[in-house]
Amino acid sequence: MPDKSASPRSPLPALILIAAIVAVLVAAFAYTAGWLTPNRLTPAKIVGSLAPPGGAVPGFRRNHAKGICFSGDFESNGSGAAISKARMFMPGTYPVTGRFNLATPDPKASDAMARVRGLSLRIVMPDGSEWRSAMIDAPFFPVATPQAFFDLQRALANKSDPESMQKFAAAHPEIAAFGAWAGSAPWTASYADERYNSLNSFVFTNAEGQDQTVRWSFVPAAKPETLTPDELKQKGANFLDAEITQRVQGAPQRWAMVVTVANPGDPTADPSKAWPEDRHTVEVGTLVVKAIEPEPDGPCRDLNFDPTVLPSGMRVSDDPFPAARSAAYSVSFNRRTAEDKAYPHTPSQGAQQ
Amino acid sequence: MNAINERFSPLQRALHWIMAICILSMLFIGVGMVSTVRPDYLTLVSIHKPLGIAILVLALIRLAVRIARGAPPLPANMPEPMKLAAHLSHYAFYALMIALPLLGYGMLSAADYPVVIGGYRLPSLLPHSNSLHTLLWNAHRFLALCFFALIVVHLAAALFHALVRRDGVFHAMAPWK
Repeated sequence: MPDKSASPRSPLPALILIAAIVAVLVAAFAYTAGWLTPNRLTPAKIVGSLAPPGGAVPGFRRNHAKGICFSGDFESNGSGAAISKARMFMPGTYPVTGRFNLATPDPKASDAMARVRGLSLRIVMPDGSEWRSAMIDAPFFPVATPQAFFDLQRALANKSDPESMQKFAAAHPEIAAFGAWAGSAPWTASYADERYNSLNSFVFTNAEGQDQTVRWSFVPAAKPETLTPDELKQKGANFLDAEITQRVQGAPQRWAMVVTVANPGDPTADPSKAWPEDRHTVEVGTLVVKAIEPEPDGPCRDLNFDPTVLPSGMRVSDDPFPAARSAAYSVSFNRRTAEDKAYPHTPSQGAQQ
Repeated sequence: MNAINERFSPLQRALHWIMAICILSMLFIGVGMVSTVRPDYLTLVSIHKPLGIAILVLALIRLAVRIARGAPPLPANMPEPMKLAAHLSHYAFYALMIALPLLGYGMLSAADYPVVIGGYRLPSLLPHSNSLHTLLWNAHRFLALCFFALIVVHLAAALFHALVRRDGVFHAMAPWK
């Protein structure tokens, strides 16, 4: 029978070896988790950088916090099947849950102050596959990389250095185009007047296995009505929700989904660069918005419009944003769903007016 | 159930070591993916989900094999508290191997995310619910960190048996002949 005391060997070297192996494993785990690299750009940092000076508003999306839900259909005309085998591009009608929104972390922000408006969609296909997309009405993104987006938020929030934005613009000249757009583009009177753009590129694959890199836009059927600065001011803080509710009650609102195909060499990885106007486009169908639902207890409220939820026939491209957005949206979703009690689930008096 | 064998069966040892690699990879992928915004994020998530399902299937097979064949007895001269710790750790391992994939899958269902594995959408395990999602998400994260801690202790104990006590416990599960 083996007896420990018969072994004269000291256990110390073995114990040191065991401790060393354990230490290496734990250190590798901590490194992988980012606990040893405070400078790593994490999704939590991006989400944190979006918070207004008073802190994030509990229970709400961490950006695009103000919005309203809708239901409707996507009517596919079948033309999209040439570029993607996604089920939603076969001719037919597919149910849509969506959300009009404003690019602000403040759910009480004034409509007259939010320069960027957004459209989020979820289309469910009969085979159970889904397409989710979150678009904005800017024609290009302010910056070229997720790191630059984070740096932009920090520069905007930096109160100690009055030149923080100038320094940022010097390091990221692409933001000048966005600044010019924000300063000159007309403000419209309705969510229904806006063209919403994917900005990010994705790869579509058709039934023959051919890949093409694309971006898409939802182009309004409505004739845009532009507002002067004075008219905008007079409209008040919450005109968009009331306007779209009334408008859709009158008649369904429509957008054409237009897919733009990149030429070889186009900047597919950089959403701050628009592609030339002459690129091949395919009109693949129509979004029909049939009913507006207030966000409290509306069908869009608890959905994460993660732009990487894609059906077979679509995938991400070399554009680094969809991955970063997916990671950050997930953090935003996890936080706000954990703060469910803080969200006003029944419409407040103010929202009903 | 009659554990006369001195070692785990070759099938049990194969399952143990294959799962050891899968589970350690899974835990590293898990903490790695939630801490990056790089394109790797999507790659890691796309491994995490099917690997989780694979671990669940392997764990159920392993549980069936364990119930059918049992485990070799621990050395008679092992102190009782150590034996108790060994037995409890085995229960904890089986519970975690089965619970963590289910918590992850359930958490995605409660968030109304489509769970697509190999091009097929799996059925939703649970209704869309913020409170359910939060509960499962917290449990998934907390228990995953517990799982890593348990693995670290398990590894230290296994090496202690192999290098210090030299009592045959490590040999019973050793990957070699």
